Amino acid sequence: MSQLLGQTPSQTVGPYYTLRLYREGENILVGPGRPGRIAIRGRVLDGDRKPIEDALLEIWQANSVGRYRHPDDTRELAINNGFSGFGRAITDFETGEYTFETLKPGPVPDVEGVFQAPHISLIVQGRGMLNPVFTRIYFSDEDEANRDDLILRTVPADRRGTLIAELVDDGEPRVYRFDVLFQGDDETVFFDF
Amino acid sequence: MSEPVIRHYGPKAYADHPPFSYPDYRSTVKRSPTHDLIRIVQTLSETTGPGPAWTEISEEDTDLTTNTGTGSPAIGERIIVTGRVLDEHGRGMSDTVLEIWQPNASGRYAHWRETEFPAPLDPNFVGVGQCLTDVEGGYRFTTIKPGPYPWGNHPNAWRPSHIHFSIMGSSLGMRLVTQMYFPGDPLIPLDPIFNSVPAHARSRMIANYDHDVTEANWALGYRWDIVLRGKRATPMDEGGD
Repeated sequence: MSQLLGQTPSQTVGPYYTLRLYREGENILVGPGRPGRIAIRGRVLDGDRKPIEDALLEIWQANSVGRYRHPDDTRELAINNGFSGFGRAITDFETGEYTFETLKPGPVPDVEGVFQAPHISLIVQGRGMLNPVFTRIYFSDEDEANRDDLILRTVPADRRGTLIAELVDDGEPRVYRFDVLFQGDDETVFFDF
Repeated sequence: MSEPVIRHYGPKAYADHPPFSYPDYRSTVKRSPTHDLIRIVQTLSETTGPGPAWTEISEEDTDLTTNTGTGSPAIGERIIVTGRVLDEHGRGMSDTVLEIWQPNASGRYAHWRETEFPAPLDPNFVGVGQCLTDVEGGYRFTTIKPGPYPWGNHPNAWRPSHIHFSIMGSSLGMRLVTQMYFPGDPLIPLDPIFNSVPAHARSRMIANYDHDVTEANWALGYRWDIVLRGKRATPMDEGGD
């Protein structure tokens, strides 16, 4: 195997990333009235369970029929008009709360060709984080799909709950809560892939 | 119906990156995971990413000395920062989104957060830019050399001059945010954020002065290449190594 070039090391986004990495509205992927629209709300909490007031959350997801807006997703599934599947949110400087408004993603196949449970990939960064952390948001009203999901089955049973957003309001939009916790027994599961 | 293409990429080289917790940089202590990361297989959710669908890039975004739109140039030492985004195999990574942000020549960010550092703002400098890499992975920015600034990590702490770089490629797992430093900066060895990186990999964050990039009567030139995790060329490479 040939010698690989060394990877450029990760560094923190620091406290000033909102200059470039967040612009108002980037957390709203779809507007009101769109069928399948959901809201995801939550907080990012540190090892003392204090809100991290300057965290950056980035999501990447398939559209409502499970298609990624990406050249490698060659399946003949509809691309939703204007839906990129990418969004950014920041935690509120006072309350520590973030919000995304998006579509509930459709199913995406795993490596064995079986459909995964609907999920959204989430990257969290912030001041004091030298590397990004990667996790997934699953949905509490997808019990059956969650039970069979290849990735969730990789996670020890007693920690799977940290990846499941709780349906808290069945209105329009449906609202889910998903907190990201650092440290402690109930720390959110973070992935390496 | 055609099957999606799964292009796996190599692992993150943890030994070349900082640890999550690095107590000399105090804020990491409570903001770092304590459980081990859980290793998962790469599915389409991990091998795809937002880079290729990115649309809002304009040519003006690569010149931070003029992109405030005030009609007047920013104050400070004008510089050119250019290089390539490569994968570990040395292949140029096209269609990769670079976003940068930085303080002005006085070391002041045009940011709403309060600071006790009485350095002036420059009305003609916001300090943000972006570009999409070309077919060979190349990028080029014109900007102002950022000034050092104090921060609250420890008594008389100063950040060396640096430019923040965010790199968003075609795969989620290749997401990278880093900082580019300048050669010869005496503050570099004193900086816990720089020093959080294992010693053997630190120099990868420092740009090189390049007189071939420097433009006469215009700007000094720096060259800095960014190396991301290596994506295998084709799905057929699977299991080949």
